[in-house]
Amino acid sequence: MARARASLGRTVAAHAVLITWTVIALFPVFVTVVNSFKSRRAIFAEPLALPWPEHFDLVGYATVLKQGDFFGYFQNSLIVTVVSLFFVLLFGAMAAFALSEYRFKGNLLMGLYLALGIMIPIRLGTVAILEMMVAGGLVNTLTALILVYTAQGLPLAVFILSEFMKTVSDDLKNAGRIDGLSEYAIFFTLVLPLVRPAMATVAVFTMIPIWNDLWFPLILAPAEEVKTITLGSQVFIGQFVTNWNAVLAALSLAIVPVLVLYLIFSRQLIRGITAGAVK
Amino acid sequence: MAARKPVRWHIAVFLAPAVVIYTAIMIIPLIGTLNLSLFNKGADGVEFVGLSNFATLFGDPRWSASFWNALGNNAWFFFIHMLVQNPIGIALAAILSTPRLRMAAFYRTAIFIPTILSFVIVGFVWKLILSPIWGIAPGLLDLVGLKSLFAPWLGREDSALTTLALISVWQFVGIPMMLIYAALLSIPDEVLEAAEMDGITGISQFWKIKLPLILPSIGIISILTFVGNFNAFDLIYVAQGALAGPDFSTDILGTFLYRTFFGFQLQLGDPYMGSAIAGAMFGIILLGVCVYLFGIQTRLRRYQF
Repeated sequence: MARARASLGRTVAAHAVLITWTVIALFPVFVTVVNSFKSRRAIFAEPLALPWPEHFDLVGYATVLKQGDFFGYFQNSLIVTVVSLFFVLLFGAMAAFALSEYRFKGNLLMGLYLALGIMIPIRLGTVAILEMMVAGGLVNTLTALILVYTAQGLPLAVFILSEFMKTVSDDLKNAGRIDGLSEYAIFFTLVLPLVRPAMATVAVFTMIPIWNDLWFPLILAPAEEVKTITLGSQVFIGQFVTNWNAVLAALSLAIVPVLVLYLIFSRQLIRGITAGAVK
Repeated sequence: MAARKPVRWHIAVFLAPAVVIYTAIMIIPLIGTLNLSLFNKGADGVEFVGLSNFATLFGDPRWSASFWNALGNNAWFFFIHMLVQNPIGIALAAILSTPRLRMAAFYRTAIFIPTILSFVIVGFVWKLILSPIWGIAPGLLDLVGLKSLFAPWLGREDSALTTLALISVWQFVGIPMMLIYAALLSIPDEVLEAAEMDGITGISQFWKIKLPLILPSIGIISILTFVGNFNAFDLIYVAQGALAGPDFSTDILGTFLYRTFFGFQLQLGDPYMGSAIAGAMFGIILLGVCVYLFGIQTRLRRYQF
């Protein structure tokens, strides 16, 4: 009886903490979205009020949609993010497996070499990258962005995945070897499914900086037909700094796609995690 | 018969794609930058100057004041993250991983949402909220009777950097939370059941059983925080501009590098000194990572389940 009450108290406390932080986390987003639907006067007079009919105004969205091609921007961002993510996960997992599974000369050195990329922002090499892309005729293509983001995402993916792969049981892999599986089969059929939670985690962490990057789209692919949505909304905000309706509407529109993308991946994340690691 | 081991080609196959892309797109351009830091404009064109750019950076009063200021600010930025972001992240993950907690997926998603927003959005939204003109923050403080506490935090030299660090904590607390959450879930039930049999439950179970098991993950998030903070640039740039105002009080290494490398307003970009700053950042981060890899990581015990 006492035990049940104690656990009820703990549950309430747990929910209280989580709700508090949820409110803190969502409040700024809420303020932005709510005010994007209001008239200019209401934004200033009652910033916290919901957009009731007397304040309701879509003038911000009208301004935004008249400018720029938000759907096209979204498509570009989606292609760049998904393709880079695929390469980062595939190549990163392969390299992490090699580093965590086999003992060979230079293993530690190779690990350190690949980890270097976590320590230095790839931006420091921008000038040389731009020269390379110009020489290869890749400026203003999505391919240039995909190459850069793949290189940028690999070090962290290798680092996190090799940590997780060290916890995969050796007995399991050796059982596979005794059954005559090749090393490739062991990697693709035994190890990869077991590190799925880690893969989903890496996917989320790789996706965010790619989707939100402003730097490389600005330098490598600023043309209208290859603009990403982050660059598109930044340019837009830059033009309309004092038009609060338009700015808030543009911010709200920029939040929506990344939210949808995250929800898609977080499904995988939950499925991966609940499928259980090596239990 | 020489008993040579066969060449294990599969290792090369596993490593090749990652190593090739990484080397070509990342390492070679970075070496180009570091190489540039050893040159400078001389009397007759660009010449090799060895390490004198670094001597200027650390010692010449025109450069060193900015450099040490940026480094100190950066250290404070990192300190706030370690002190606030990671404990909150671990606590949230521990609460979230309580078995049979309702709405766990909802909380996890909600808390992670700030992390997926771009700096463009985060910087702008927080500027609006903290703005004394629009005034959501003063209005809210008024509701609880604390209006006198309000100050234009982003505009004051003594509070701007801390405010930005806390905004960054708000944005990124989802990352330690997710990593620790995944680590906590991968602890086998048998271990926890054994602990329960011995009467270790609730909070003492967290301290005695779970925490030691997730120490390697805490190590990872600490080093990721360190690297991320010493590379930080975007939030300060979006919120305060390249000048990192007021009066450089929010200047960190990233913004200092950006101003030097690409120039701003009337100052022309100086790729040589910029590369020297990049080199110094590289050195600092390398030092921190080595401390972690050789001083801390080797002492952590790992458990195979």
